[in-house]
Amino acid sequence: MSETGSASALFRRDMKLAFRRLGESLLPLFFLFTVIVLIPLGVGPGPNLLARMAPGMIWVAALLASLLALEHLFRPDLEDGTLEQWFVGEHSVYRRVLARLFSHWLITGLPVILFSPLAAEMLHLPRHALDTLIFSLLIGTPALSLLGGLAAALTLSTRGASVLLSILIFPLIVPLVIFATGAVSMAADSLDSSAHLGLLAAFTILSLTLAPIGIAAALRMNLE
Amino acid sequence: MSRLLEAHRLEFHRYGNPVFQPLDISLEAGRAIVLTGPNGVGKTTLLRLLAGILAPVRGSLVHNAPAAFVGHLPAVKGDLTCRENLDYERRVGPPGVGLAEALATVGLAGLGSRPSRALSAGQKRRLGLARLLVRRTPVWLLDEPYASLDDAGCAGVDALINGHLANGGGVVLATHQRHPKVDPERLDNIVMQAGIIEDGADDDMNQAAEVSQ
Repeated sequence: MSETGSASALFRRDMKLAFRRLGESLLPLFFLFTVIVLIPLGVGPGPNLLARMAPGMIWVAALLASLLALEHLFRPDLEDGTLEQWFVGEHSVYRRVLARLFSHWLITGLPVILFSPLAAEMLHLPRHALDTLIFSLLIGTPALSLLGGLAAALTLSTRGASVLLSILIFPLIVPLVIFATGAVSMAADSLDSSAHLGLLAAFTILSLTLAPIGIAAALRMNLE
Repeated sequence: MSRLLEAHRLEFHRYGNPVFQPLDISLEAGRAIVLTGPNGVGKTTLLRLLAGILAPVRGSLVHNAPAAFVGHLPAVKGDLTCRENLDYERRVGPPGVGLAEALATVGLAGLGSRPSRALSAGQKRRLGLARLLVRRTPVWLLDEPYASLDDAGCAGVDALINGHLANGGGVVLATHQRHPKVDPERLDNIVMQAGIIEDGADDDMNQAAEVSQ
């Protein structure tokens, strides 16, 4: 009982904190909105051009939105001492890491998914590709949180962490972006995108199994 | 008497050098261990080892009961109220006394709905100690529990420790300002000694001496 209890207690507290700092929590979504609105203004409103760019733009915006919140994923906890408490006692750090990543995803990933139909419409993405876009975001954005979490945990006690963090996360997310935008582009061209989506799902499952273990180890390393 | 915590030949290294000499610790129910020694001798490191935050390089550590650790950092969220912080603690482990009672015990009665960011250093410290009460953890690991507390606060810590020992709990605490006012029968002292000085340091000093010649 106490095993799931500690993780769900952490999740509830994270959510409470997120609502208490609503402005900060909504920043990724606001950022995403700004990017999606500014792109058509910048490149001109030609529907064909925008439609080609739409999958990449939405995915890159989702990625940057996720990156924005990474800096605050573990650092406040390191500074106020709540992070070291994760390791006291017999409670599973793995579950707490998962709980923390889930709340990160709820704040950065889920809003992107909810906003994506509007973004797709603004960028003239063909309507029949919308379900593939939403599905790719649904299975792909958790991997953003997982891999981003790994980079954030590794750079926790490093100076100039945000630079290093961006460099670290870059090679990890390249395959993610390729498979995801590939899937949406294929769907836009009325082709079968299941192979891309399958690879994307495999990528997310792989990071779901490995990243939390790596994050737990990296966090402990940062407490020494 | 039941053993709450046993450590055998515990060692921790930093930059390849032992922080302190290998230690044996055995904490029995109803007893307190006081760690003393100069700054930098590894009191905090030892407590963090016993808490499980650090992993020992050598030696064995057996926990027979859940432990709680109160360190230099208060481990409370500034954006949450005192009550919310304690409520979180209470959900994590086997629940202890009620929130209002815990707050009253540490002298924060009536401040339950105040954001803990708005507390003074000493009050934050008290809130950190209240965490010990809302969860049932037989082993208390306290790092400088008297720091930034006034006289009444220090007496309060003594009262907390005495109450805990009387209930069959055990306490390991590091201090150099003040010794807990506890029945000497229940008290063990460990004076910590620094680890073996690295050979390299002597070499460097010799080299420095040669250079200066």
